[in-house]
Amino acid sequence: MVKYIVKRLLLSIFIMVGVSMIIYFIIRLMPMDYIDNTFATLAGNGGISEEKYNALKALYGLDDNSFGGILKGYFSWLWKFLQGDMGTSFVHGEPVSDIILDNMGISFGISFVSLIFELIIAIPLGIKCAVNQYGKLDYTATVVCMTLMAFPTFFLGNLFIMWFADSLGWFDPSLGLQSSTLPYNASGWVVFGDMLWHLVLPMIVLVLLNVGSYMRYQRTNTLEVLSADYIRTARAKGLSEGKVVYKHVFRNTMIPLVTVMASTLPMLFGGAMITETVFQIPGIGKITYDALMKGDIPLAMGYNMFIAILTVIGILLSDIMYAVVDPRVKLGK
Amino acid sequence: MEENKEIKEELKTEVQPEAENNVKADLNGESIGDRVKALSPGATVAKRFFRSKLSMVGLVTIIVLFIFSFIGPLISPWGETTPDNSKSDPMISGTIFTYTIDDVEYEGYSITYDWNASLNKLDGISADHWMGTDNSGYDIMTRLMYGGRVSLTIGFVVIILETLIGIVMGGIAGYFGGWIDNLIMRIVDLLSCIPTIPLMLILGMALNSLGLESSIWKLYIIMAVLCLIGWVGIARLVRGQILSLREQEFMLAAKCSGLSTRSKIFKHLLPNVIPQLIVSMTLGLGNVILMEATLGFLNIGAPVETATWGNMINFASQMQYRQFYPNMWLGAGICITLAILAFNFVGDGLRDAFDPKMKR
Repeated sequence: MVKYIVKRLLLSIFIMVGVSMIIYFIIRLMPMDYIDNTFATLAGNGGISEEKYNALKALYGLDDNSFGGILKGYFSWLWKFLQGDMGTSFVHGEPVSDIILDNMGISFGISFVSLIFELIIAIPLGIKCAVNQYGKLDYTATVVCMTLMAFPTFFLGNLFIMWFADSLGWFDPSLGLQSSTLPYNASGWVVFGDMLWHLVLPMIVLVLLNVGSYMRYQRTNTLEVLSADYIRTARAKGLSEGKVVYKHVFRNTMIPLVTVMASTLPMLFGGAMITETVFQIPGIGKITYDALMKGDIPLAMGYNMFIAILTVIGILLSDIMYAVVDPRVKLGK
Repeated sequence: MEENKEIKEELKTEVQPEAENNVKADLNGESIGDRVKALSPGATVAKRFFRSKLSMVGLVTIIVLFIFSFIGPLISPWGETTPDNSKSDPMISGTIFTYTIDDVEYEGYSITYDWNASLNKLDGISADHWMGTDNSGYDIMTRLMYGGRVSLTIGFVVIILETLIGIVMGGIAGYFGGWIDNLIMRIVDLLSCIPTIPLMLILGMALNSLGLESSIWKLYIIMAVLCLIGWVGIARLVRGQILSLREQEFMLAAKCSGLSTRSKIFKHLLPNVIPQLIVSMTLGLGNVILMEATLGFLNIGAPVETATWGNMINFASQMQYRQFYPNMWLGAGICITLAILAFNFVGDGLRDAFDPKMKR
């Protein structure tokens, strides 16, 4: 097991270097004067100072666009990155790591709460559908789930905003996190409550969009477990159907689910970029989107590395969880 | 006993339609068993597929969408970017004025056109414009059709390219094994860790800076890059299948008869993977269409003038259009959702139809 983990870690390092290289080289496709131009407009809007910009340019080796220069720029970025310095954002004028850490919270909150609701709905429904395979409930749930899964985030999001915020007025149609009608001296709890109310709609959208895939996954798993030999044994022993399903089947369907949970890590912390953009929530996804559209290279590199690291950790974690949860699995080779 | 009964019932249902057509043949003393053998595996799959209601719904939807996007524009009186200038006479005023050059007086006539006044923009639903017009005076229904052309064509092209790369890479990795397998699978690991949407954003930004902002090539290049990182799923699937097929007897037979490596891979191994490939291609099509729409929504796909479903749904992000002109973006959203749903239904139906374990 230790050997396996060490091997995976080495592989992760290789992956990180590869990912950063690919992204860096795509960024370097941009001609230098373009970056200068975008910077000129940014500096007027309260971005970073000229000195800092020049220092960053040197850090990214942006002044030399020959192949050797790009390579040199990459390694100097890598060296700084290894020392924990991801550079300063062109748009915000703050260290990239601070921006990511500061805005991660709200993204994590939204994703985490919706994930819990998704599981609460999906797991029992999936088991119910599998137990009554091809029943009425199964058929309806499958069709509804597939329909929800087909909705693009931005379409369902805007549809809901149109219905519940614009027309019915239940939610604040100007989106964001705070109502403009809030008195400026409102107490902390009122502001907090207002913020939570703003988060309800995006969470509902996220739950509706994602619940389908978990439900179908749980259904398939349950079907697989139901046809296993030990379930037949349990029934042969004369256990009641309820005990068979909730003690023997349910526990075993958790094995694959736990591994899937581990791989949702990048989604949890990395923010749902499109949902946040649609609902104007200043989470890490929206902040990065805005910065990327303005040509913020350090933040682009930093965010991508952040996601890539989370992905690698997620894969590693799901492998390890698999072995931890299921004693039959041995992590060899 | 019970199982036998079930099989017999299944045979009956599969035989009946054909038996009705060939009453004469039946009279000639052919037994039911002979006829069952005549049903090829392909026909069995087709029969199972067409029996499933959901996949039929999906198939019909796809056909309708195709007719809508590829034949619709031929019928529509409007073009992709022909503004409707019918609102009023564009000529606002005409004045006679005089001017002098070298002490000679000339008379001139100046006409002021106001194309904006005549532009029939943001029109509601009418007989001329079944879904109204957008903010540039373009007919939305017609643009939906042209958008469908882009989305569906790109979907098919991307998925075919992805599958081809995936087959070749996965096939090589699975067949040869050893260090080649290791190398290819590490590339697969690497590519599957790249975050897609941020990468697309960066690429869009880079292409803008290269002066491709208002060119359709931007969309093509982004989709090409999507192909280059999207083949990993197919490669994993093909490799896994080939690894298990490689050990079976028919491969030993192929080896003994001295076939070339190429024909062993492409003639003996790959045909066995095709069912899974077709299923994953169909399900992937929906994903590519979604990706294209996402690019449009995030403003990094095709230029604004070009009608794509993604570009059209982008109107929803502007509050005044979202609230007061839902006809501008609802259609595009419904089209995207229908297309994805239809491909998912068909893909699911195909998977069930190919699965020999399925009884229904």
